Amino acid sequence: MALDTDAVRQIAHLARVRVPEADLEVLAGELSNILTWVEQLNDVATEDVPAMTSAVAVSLPMREDKVNEGDHEDAILANAPDRVRDFFAVPKVVD
Amino acid sequence: MSDLTTLTLSEARDGLAAGDFTSEELTTAYLRALETIRPLNAFVTETPERAVEMAKTSDARRAAGQAGVLEGLPVAIKDLFCTRGVQTTAGSRILDGFVPPYEATVTANMWAEGAIMLGKTNMDEFAMGSSNVTSCHGPVENPWRINGDNRSLAPGGSSGGSAASVAARAALAATGTDTGGSIRQPAAFCGIVGMKPTYGRCSRWGIVAFASSLDQAGPMARTVRDSAIMLQAMAGHDPKDSTSVPRDVPDYEAALTGDLRSLRIGIPEEYRMDGMPTEIEALWRQGIDWLKAEGAEVVDISLPHTKYALPTYYIVAPAEASSNLARYDGVRFGLRNGADGGDLTEMYEETRGFGFGQEVRRRVLIGTYVLSAGYYDAYYLKAQRVRSLIARDFSDAFETVDAILTPTTPSAAFPLGDKMDDPIAMYLNDVFTVPASLAGLPAISVPAGLDKNGLPLGLHLITNAFEEEMLFRVSGVLENAAAFATTPQTVA
Repeated sequence: MALDTDAVRQIAHLARVRVPEADLEVLAGELSNILTWVEQLNDVATEDVPAMTSAVAVSLPMREDKVNEGDHEDAILANAPDRVRDFFAVPKVVD
Repeated sequence: MSDLTTLTLSEARDGLAAGDFTSEELTTAYLRALETIRPLNAFVTETPERAVEMAKTSDARRAAGQAGVLEGLPVAIKDLFCTRGVQTTAGSRILDGFVPPYEATVTANMWAEGAIMLGKTNMDEFAMGSSNVTSCHGPVENPWRINGDNRSLAPGGSSGGSAASVAARAALAATGTDTGGSIRQPAAFCGIVGMKPTYGRCSRWGIVAFASSLDQAGPMARTVRDSAIMLQAMAGHDPKDSTSVPRDVPDYEAALTGDLRSLRIGIPEEYRMDGMPTEIEALWRQGIDWLKAEGAEVVDISLPHTKYALPTYYIVAPAEASSNLARYDGVRFGLRNGADGGDLTEMYEETRGFGFGQEVRRRVLIGTYVLSAGYYDAYYLKAQRVRSLIARDFSDAFETVDAILTPTTPSAAFPLGDKMDDPIAMYLNDVFTVPASLAGLPAISVPAGLDKNGLPLGLHLITNAFEEEMLFRVSGVLENAAAFATTPQTVA
């Protein structure tokens, strides 16, 4: 799969990563090379093969649906770039 | 070089137990070593005050008869482990200044067993790299040099600072993490032992996530015995990580019986790559002869999907990374950029555009693409299916063999700056380590010889899931046979 600069611009937007216009062409080349390289997987027949979704054969453990920890507002907010009272603050989303 | 820093971790443990020296003396010697090796850039953060304080507490605990597995032993921690009150950056500008309010389970386990923290080690950004050059703190230098050539060499990656600090005798041991080879490849490049346990053996809680179905913490040390002691303290079930396995931790050191009789070692034909340097091939053959001489039976095996492991990895790992790294958005911690314009999307894009380095950006974009509507089945689902076949290759092989022997890397350490123009050339460093990662299996790299330039080379052993004891047993014998005793040019 060859990606052009428009496709890279679109992927970057989906990933919410600002990519300078000047970088788009080089990135398109690099990403196209990687995608072409991984496409060798198409040589492997996988029709009846299940997808491997976990590296360890255990079922997810369940626990009682009960609060077991809390009241850590200050610790949780300690690294916040901006906070208002007990909330993370961000630029205004709704006018 | 102080006498105390020439000891291995097990020798230092025994010296402390015998009362030959105190943890405070040992720790002070290591803090001096840390200063000596500063030009290697192996540490991002040194924590000398905390180390001395921990050492004093440890000496008091020992006097009260309460010594843990790592009591009084100074170690280094990869900067991917969240350490309460100590900056944790994962080698990324986007986490600059982040001070975790909690402690990773693995490091908490180590402190509970008496270990002393010397500091946090440098690494590739978010553990994405094989050379330690993608770190926002700059590259680490390998303490080894090519004979008669003073160029700086890459320590390997992503746990490059951990590997360099242990090799240069500036830490008794260090923690690493391994997603596709990030413990084993730098261990091989720096002439030390690096071990990746079975997926689920060590808790991932509090370790900055890269690819969650692959990430696993493990020890980096100077000997196999030291690695076994380290893993003893690091491993264990943790209810805070749902993929951590509820199994008891065996006595790993007791597994070092030195006896290989009646064991079968598999040699996978698919690991004989075209263009593999003759020295690597020769070392591999030497490893086979060593194990035979110790009474093991060596048999040829086939792992037919080996060549598809790297392309599978470079779909699965970036896909998981793009999802995991979505949390770096400038809202809750770390860097925030572009908030002045007043638009939230702009803040996300500016924060991530500025905060991520080039390799991380590449992988986030690849991951976003292979998970996007219309491409998910063709790339991500396809890779997950091939991953099943790779895992099945190993489970078939372990029907007939106890361990598998391969080289760790296709070359020795390369000069810093090499392979930077071509991402795929860099990815090929992990060709021998990635298959075991995809299958979730334990594996270890043991220093086994020098190449013609005088640089260390590693041999790599893989065993079945949760057979770490077998892994230590075989690698202990391999280590004795190789008798690797050369030290790097830079030693603290």
